[in-house]
Amino acid sequence: MSDIKTIEKEALAAIDAAASLDGLDAVRVAELGKKGRVSGLMSGLGKMSPDERKENGPKLNALKVTVEEAVRARKAVLETKALEAQLATEKVDLTLPPAPGPRTGTLHPVMQVFEEIAAIFGDMGFTVAEGPDIEDDWHNFTALNFPEGHPAREMHDTFFLDAPEGGTPKVLRTHTSPVQIRTMMNQKPPLRILVPGRVYRNDWDATHTPMFHQVEGLVIEEGIHMGHLKGCLIDFVKAFFEVDNVVARFRPHFFPFTEPSAEMDVQCLREGGMVEVGKGAEWLEVLGCGMVHPNVLRNCGLDPATHQGFAFGMGVDRLAMLKYGMPDLRPYFEADPQWTRHYGFAPWTTPSVSGGLS
Amino acid sequence: MKFTLSWLTDHLATKAGLDEILALMLKAGLEVEEVVDPNQTLKDFTVCKVIEAVPHPDADKLRVCTVETVDGTKQIVCGAPNARAGMTAIYAGLGAYIPGLEFALDKKPRAIRGVESHGMMCSTKELNAGEDHDGIADLDDSLPLGTPAAVALGLNDPVIDFEVTPNRPDWLGVQGIARDLAAAGAGRFIRSDAKKVPGSFDCPVEIKLEAPDACPMFAGAMIRGVTNGPSPDWMQARLKAVGIQPKSLLVDVTNYISLDRARPLHVYDAAKLRGTVVARLGKAGESLEALDGKTYKVTPEMCVIADGSGVIGLGGVMGGASTAVSDETVDVFIESAWFDPLRTARTGRATGIHSDARYRFERGVDPQSCVDGVNLALELILEHGGGTASKLNAAGSIPARIDKVTFYPADVERLTGLVVKLPEMRRIIKDLEFDIEDAGDAWYLLPPSFRFDMEQSADLVEEVARLIGYDSLPVTSLPEPVGGRRAITTPIQERVRVSRRVIAARGFLEAVTWSFMAKDHAALFAKHDPALAVANPVASELNQMRPSIIGNLAVAAQRAANHGEPGARLFEVGPIYLGDGPKDQRTVASGVVRPANQRHWQGKPHAYDSYAAKADLFAVLDALGQPGERFQVGAPTQPHWHPGQAACLKLGPKVTVGHFGAIHPGVLKALGVDGPMFGFELNLNALPQMKTRPTKTKPVLQRADLTPIRRDLAFLVDEAVPAGDLVKHAVGADKQLIVSADVFDVYQGAGVPEGRKSVAFEVTIQPLEKLTDEDIQGLMDRIVASVAKGARGVLRG
Repeated sequence: MSDIKTIEKEALAAIDAAASLDGLDAVRVAELGKKGRVSGLMSGLGKMSPDERKENGPKLNALKVTVEEAVRARKAVLETKALEAQLATEKVDLTLPPAPGPRTGTLHPVMQVFEEIAAIFGDMGFTVAEGPDIEDDWHNFTALNFPEGHPAREMHDTFFLDAPEGGTPKVLRTHTSPVQIRTMMNQKPPLRILVPGRVYRNDWDATHTPMFHQVEGLVIEEGIHMGHLKGCLIDFVKAFFEVDNVVARFRPHFFPFTEPSAEMDVQCLREGGMVEVGKGAEWLEVLGCGMVHPNVLRNCGLDPATHQGFAFGMGVDRLAMLKYGMPDLRPYFEADPQWTRHYGFAPWTTPSVSGGLS
Repeated sequence: MKFTLSWLTDHLATKAGLDEILALMLKAGLEVEEVVDPNQTLKDFTVCKVIEAVPHPDADKLRVCTVETVDGTKQIVCGAPNARAGMTAIYAGLGAYIPGLEFALDKKPRAIRGVESHGMMCSTKELNAGEDHDGIADLDDSLPLGTPAAVALGLNDPVIDFEVTPNRPDWLGVQGIARDLAAAGAGRFIRSDAKKVPGSFDCPVEIKLEAPDACPMFAGAMIRGVTNGPSPDWMQARLKAVGIQPKSLLVDVTNYISLDRARPLHVYDAAKLRGTVVARLGKAGESLEALDGKTYKVTPEMCVIADGSGVIGLGGVMGGASTAVSDETVDVFIESAWFDPLRTARTGRATGIHSDARYRFERGVDPQSCVDGVNLALELILEHGGGTASKLNAAGSIPARIDKVTFYPADVERLTGLVVKLPEMRRIIKDLEFDIEDAGDAWYLLPPSFRFDMEQSADLVEEVARLIGYDSLPVTSLPEPVGGRRAITTPIQERVRVSRRVIAARGFLEAVTWSFMAKDHAALFAKHDPALAVANPVASELNQMRPSIIGNLAVAAQRAANHGEPGARLFEVGPIYLGDGPKDQRTVASGVVRPANQRHWQGKPHAYDSYAAKADLFAVLDALGQPGERFQVGAPTQPHWHPGQAACLKLGPKVTVGHFGAIHPGVLKALGVDGPMFGFELNLNALPQMKTRPTKTKPVLQRADLTPIRRDLAFLVDEAVPAGDLVKHAVGADKQLIVSADVFDVYQGAGVPEGRKSVAFEVTIQPLEKLTDEDIQGLMDRIVASVAKGARGVLRG
C-alpha cells in the first residue's frame, strides 16, 4: 500500500488548491465519495488477509481522517472568504441620519426645584399638602391675622375675581399660607407639612411676575421652638445649595401670621452676574419664617397655650435662579423651547437627598 | 425711611460708629436698604490752598494755579472764573473719581493747552454736594490744609435708608429708631419730651369736631407776627440729606417734626382761614385744590378739614392750596390732629395721594401726641421765625390705653429656646417704655401709646428675642417626626411626578404658563364662567382663570414656530379651574404638538397626528398603572377638539378622564394659531385610585407554558363602524383565551363594496391546555359569530 502516502499528498494538494466551495466538493467526491480513491482503498480492505488488514486498516483510516479534516478546514476558509466577498457588496452609508424622532424633552427648572425642596423636607419628615389657588378672603388674609384694612394686606397686591351679586370677591391666593389654615383645621397635630404651589400678585416688572411659585412649611408639635426653626432651615439651605459651609443669619421681620417673625439670609458671593452661596461677604435674603402666631392657631381652633410650632415660606422661582443661574424671571412662563432645553432637566433626573439633588 | 447718623444722636447717646449702628439695626429688625456715607464717597477730596493763579498762556478762560495740597505743591490748570490766589478750595488728586461728572481723572498728569495739570479743583456740584454755579467751591480760609471735603462741606453725616415694617409706625420718626437701638444696646435713649409753650392770648381759631370717629382729636395754636423765611441751615441740611427739599420755615418745621417724631402736622395761613375750622366728613359735590396743585373730588367717605369757604384739606392726607402758608404769611395756625388709620388709607387710595402724612396716619400715629405736636412746632417756629404764640386750643380727646398685655416670661424659652434672665427681660421691656406690673409667672404690661402691635405674650417674646438677637437662639435640628414617617407625597402628586417624566421622555418640553388667559380665548374651551373672571387683571389678555391648558400651549407653540422652531412639542402639568370653589380645581396633564414638515432620505416620515397623540396619552396612562384597555374611546365632549379627529377617553358612561386628537381648526383660528395642531389632556384627578396591596411582594408569576397561537381574520363592515368595536367583539368571543386582536389593515376600494370597509386583525390566543385543530376552529367560529352579532361584520373569504 505504498500509494497511501502518494494519495494523501495528492489529495491534500487538491484540497488546498480548491478555490471555491464547488471545487472543494469535487475534490471531496473524488477522494471520499462512494467512488472516490480513498473510499476505493477502504473497500479493498475486505479482500485482504487478516494480517494485511491489521497492518493497512489503521493507515487507511488515518488517511481518511486526514483528508476529511483537510476538507473541513478548507471549507471553513472558503466559507469565510465567500461571506467576506458577499458582505463587501452589502456596504451602506452609515453617515446618513436615522429616521427622525423627537429629541428627548426636558423638565422645567421650577418644577425640578419644587421636587428638590420636597425631597429635602421629606427627609426631615415633612409630607406634601396642597390647596386651591382660588381662595376666599378669610383663608388668605383674615385667618392669617391680617386685620381688615391693615396695610399688610396692601403689600400683597391681591388679584380679585369678579364678586357675585352682593358677595365678597374671591381672591387668587397671594401666598401658600392659606394651606396652613386648611391643614390645621382639618388635621390634628402633630403636623409637619410642606406646601408647594402657584401664588399670584398683581405686579409685573423685571423682578416680579403676576404668577410665581412658593413653598410653605408648617410644623405644629409639642416643644418645637425657634431654635428648631433655625436648625431646620439651616439644614435645608445646606442641602439645597449642596454646600456644607453655608453661613445663615436670621433677622427680625414682620409677618402678620408669625410671632416672633424672622427673615433668613445666606452669605454669598456675587460676581459676574453669578451668585455663589457659601462664599463671599454679601447677604442674600432667601425666606421668611417665624413661630405660628397665636391668633392664627386660635383661628384654626388650636389653643396657643398648648400648641406651638413654626412656619416658613420661600419663593421657588428665585431659589431656582440662585441655584441654577437663570438671569431673568420672565422666560420662566414663556414656554420658549430654547430656554427650556437650556435650563431644563432630563426626565430621568429625580431629586433625592441620598442620590443627589441635581 | 431715611435718617442721618447725627440726627440719630440727638436721641441716642452712643459711642457706636456707623457699622455698629447698622449691625444693631439689623439685629433689632430695622432692615437697612441703603447707606450713603459721604466720608466714603468723598474720601478722595481734601481741602487745598491756592498760592498763585496766573492766566494760561494759550487760553483766555483758563488759569494756571499753584496749589498747596495733601500731595504737596501741585500745578493745576483750572477753568473756574473764581479761581484766585489765597483761595481755600477742594482738591482732587490724579485718578480720583468725580461723582458729579461720573468719570475718573487720568492717573497721569494731562497737558491742557500745553500746560500740565496735576489734579483738579472741584465745585460742590462736581461732588454731588451742592448746586453752586459760580465755579469751584470757595471755602472758609480757617479750614486747615488736608481737611476731608466731607468735613469741610459739613457733609460728614451718613444717610441710612431702611424698611419700616407695617407694625412699627413709630420707626417713622428718628426718636422711635433711637429708642429701639438703645434697647438693643447701642447706648442711652435721650428723652426730649415736648415742653409746654405758654401762650399769651387765646387761640382765635375755633375748632369743631363733627366726625369724632374719623377725627377724634384736633389740637391747634396760632403764632402772630411770624417771619416765614428760610429754615435754619441745620434743619435744611437734615431735610436735604433725607431727600426733602426745604421750602420755608413753617413747612420745614412740619416736615422736620414728622420725621423726627413721626408726628404729622399741618400749617395754615391764619389770614386765609374763614371762621371755624371743622373736621367732618366730606359731602358729595365738594372738591379740594390740594397743595400739589391738583383738584380732588371729595366723597362722604373722606374726612375733611373745612372752614367757611368749604373744604380746605383732606384730613391726614394733604392740605389745600387756598389756606397754604407763603413767604407773606404773618399769622400761622398749626394743626396737630389724629385721623382714623383705615379711613385715611381709603382716602389715600381713592385720591392716589402718597404723602408723608398719609403714610404715617394709615399706619398709626401716637394718639397721645396731638398736644406735644403743637408744642414742638411752636418751639421751633418761635425760635427761628419769631412772633407770639397763642394758648393751645384742643377739641376732642383720645382716652389713653388701659388694657394691659399679659406676658409670661416662661414663654420666651418655650417659644424661642432662648434662656433669658428675668432682669434682662425687665431691662428690655422698660427700655421699650412699657409699664411693668410683676405678678411672678405673669407680668401685666401697659404698652406705650405709640405701639399698636402689642396684644399678647408672644408679642413680648419677639421683643425680648429680637433685642437680645436671633443669633443667640439655639440651632436645633428637627427631631424624628412623632408617630414615624409617612409617604412624602399624595397619589395625585405622584401622578404629576410620573406623568411629567413620561411626557418629557417622549419628546415634550415642559412649560409653566399663566393660570389665566384672555376671556374670549377661555370661552373657546368652556362656557364662560363669570365667577372665574379676574376683576383687576395685570393685563387685559390675562383676565380669566383658564378652563384648559391647551390654549396657552397652542399659543406658545405658535410663538415658537414664529421664532424658527416649527415642530414644538410642549406640555404642562398644572391646574385648570372649573369653578371658584375650593374643590373646583383640577390637575391636568396636557400636551400640544405643532407637527413640523419633516423630510427624510428613506421617505417621508409619518407626521404627528391624532394617533400619535393617542400613543402619548396611553403611554402616560400605562406609566400611571392604568391599563389602557379599561378606557372607552368616544366622541369628544369638549368644544376645542376636532369633532371627527379627536376623542374623549371614558371610564364608563359618566367619567371622562381625558381627550386626545386634533384641536378644532376654528379654535386654532380664533387663537391666532396656524393649524393643524394635535394634543392630549388627561385629568389626573379623574383617574381611579389603583388598589394598594397590603404587601410589596409581587404575586407568583403565572408563566404561559404553551406557545400562543396567531390567526389573521378580515371582516367587511359598514364604514361607520369603529374598528375598536370589531376588536372588542372579537376579544369578547372568549376573554379567557383571546389575549388581543391587533388591527393591521383597514381597506376601502376595489373589491370592497361602496359604503363598507375591510378591517383585518391578528388574533392572539393563549392556550391554557393543548388545543386541537377542532378547538381552534370552534374558537374562530365564535369570533366570527360575535363580530357578526355585535358589529354586523362579515368574514371576508
